[in-house]
Amino acid sequence: MSEGKFPFSRRTFLATTALGAATVAMPSVLRAQGAGVKLGILHPVSGALSYSGTQGRLGATIAIDEINAAGGIKGLGKIDPVLGDAQSSAEGGTAEVEKMNSAGVAAIVGGYASAVCLAVSQAAARYDLPYVVDVGVADSIVTRGLKNTFRFGPGFGVIAKTALSNLAAINDAAGKPAKTVMIVHEDSLFGSGLAKLLNAQLPAQGFQILETIPHPTPTRDFNNVVLKIKAQNPDLVIPANYYNEYVLLARTMQQQKVKPKGIYSVLGGAASSYKFVKEFPEAAKYIMDCNHWFDPKNPKALALKKKVEDQGQFFTYEVYMNYSCVLLVADALARAGSADRAKVTEALASSTFKDHVMPYGPTKFVNGQNEGAAPANTQVLDGDIKVVLPVAFAQAKPVFPMPA
Amino acid sequence: MLSPVILIPAILNGLLTGAVYALVALGLTLIYGVLHIINFAHGALLSAALFAAFFAFKLLGLDPYLAAFLLAPAFFALGYGLQRFIIGPASRGDDRNMLLITLGLSVVIENVLLYAFRGDTRTIEVPYAFETIDLGFTFLPIPRVIGFGVVFVVALLLWAIMRFTDTGKAIRAVAKEKLGAQLAGIDVAHVYAMTFGLGSACVAVAACLLIPTYYVNPMVGDAFVLIAFTIVVLGGMGSVPGALIGGLVIGVVESLSGLFLGESLGQIGIFVIFIAVLLVRPTGLFGVKA
Repeated sequence: MSEGKFPFSRRTFLATTALGAATVAMPSVLRAQGAGVKLGILHPVSGALSYSGTQGRLGATIAIDEINAAGGIKGLGKIDPVLGDAQSSAEGGTAEVEKMNSAGVAAIVGGYASAVCLAVSQAAARYDLPYVVDVGVADSIVTRGLKNTFRFGPGFGVIAKTALSNLAAINDAAGKPAKTVMIVHEDSLFGSGLAKLLNAQLPAQGFQILETIPHPTPTRDFNNVVLKIKAQNPDLVIPANYYNEYVLLARTMQQQKVKPKGIYSVLGGAASSYKFVKEFPEAAKYIMDCNHWFDPKNPKALALKKKVEDQGQFFTYEVYMNYSCVLLVADALARAGSADRAKVTEALASSTFKDHVMPYGPTKFVNGQNEGAAPANTQVLDGDIKVVLPVAFAQAKPVFPMPA
Repeated sequence: MLSPVILIPAILNGLLTGAVYALVALGLTLIYGVLHIINFAHGALLSAALFAAFFAFKLLGLDPYLAAFLLAPAFFALGYGLQRFIIGPASRGDDRNMLLITLGLSVVIENVLLYAFRGDTRTIEVPYAFETIDLGFTFLPIPRVIGFGVVFVVALLLWAIMRFTDTGKAIRAVAKEKLGAQLAGIDVAHVYAMTFGLGSACVAVAACLLIPTYYVNPMVGDAFVLIAFTIVVLGGMGSVPGALIGGLVIGVVESLSGLFLGESLGQIGIFVIFIAVLLVRPTGLFGVKA
């Protein structure tokens, strides 16, 4: 292309870009000179998952700021975060691992989506780089025998199992009002996998599945899905989809005046979201969810919640899970006494970390999976989200069936 | 499953959804008809317009339907400016370059939105969002019924502009024979920009109709534009009535195939039509041979 009338010549463009790049690179060069330990913080902060990624980064950076404000990690100094953007894709995640490895990070925290976590764990394994998965629930993340990969939160299998037994318990306690079920799920790995598990196990719990309706992400309109629900009139609707679709579904159900005895979601995108409850209090009322949740009786969790809300952000699960994961790594680094990757991996594997904000049992990693991790059941009650199960962390008793 | 209890509401739904598709497609088909380019920035402009409608409501307290009267001229000016001062000059008279520039614009617009507003999904709460018309066998959401009506008004207006005004005549002349129009003294760069402006104004109106019941995030426009491309092909590239009828047809097809094949496979119906039209009637329903 000729340079003609175009206001930028190629030379000025190159010069300004180089200058810009140098300015951006400068702070990290300066920082690297001080003592401290580098920690990779990797999330999809652009692309389709950018909201979740940004929330995850928020949780991680709050934890780092708190640790640094308290003097950093004993013997190692302050944490120097190396922030990465996985661009909502597996390739994006892998590329960031390469960069973080050459930047000399001691470990990586994050990933968020299962597909990103799978790719990142493999890329990090090549460099024996310890990697802590923040959310990614696909079970295959920790079942491939990668020694560097640790997941602090619960996986798919545990979540589905807990969700089912809790559903049966809630239904039994209410005198078994719910017999028929319809499942509405998004059609990727997450929703379809869940629907398959539910289809296999719900009949054994005494539920009859009337229909399973998959839908793509994004879906622009839920009127047809709701028409089907209306026509078959199930006792329970089980949605498993991401935030936007969940909200559209719930709003359409409200619009078409469809009121089942209960809406019970498993990893529901919006069901345990403060944003949803605040913006659509009517549609959200009495919805139950089995999902990642913080320990509502832990003062540290409540302090974190206040801090996040004071910043004008919603306290979503990405925030507190990443917060906990960074604390877990910081604890391992302190015990390892060095940023040596093998020592950090060893320290993570033997971790009994207690100082997190999750409603988990004792931390114990078996093949990289924290055996203490578990989801919680929540319900939207009085315009707030309350934990209803497990009993040890519960703030309220479940209200089921939904009052008319 | 095949009972009329479901079938009739599903068709009505399809018509209501299809009307909004049609409006997005109207802008696209207009730009295609005159500039002979697929405007890849159309989706990003829709996202931008949804954000504009969102903030008009949140900050100024403007009801989305009133905001349309403000946003349509604003987006007309924006579209005019984009074509006149960015796309036109940067393409250096080669139509194929325009295509790439609109693609680039879409990346820029989407990422500016992402930078400014984060990936967060936002919704507004208007008092009539959950109001419905009770037909006895189904409920029709009022915002979508209003949208349906507005789309026809806009289409009629657009048709009148094209048919009766000098600008419309100039646009049609440029669409038919660019060089001839130029020789007759028509300022082609101005006509291009006017067309792009009209297309963008359509998008702004569509955004105002969508926002009461839909959500906005920086990527939201993409979901509509792929459908709009199909409608443009079905209706005939550059045809206003084609876009309108095409939109309604696609809406109903999407709704019914969603019903019979499931929501995941439902999209197939749309793209089968897309391929069939290209095979059997490449000019579309109302298109004319080039």
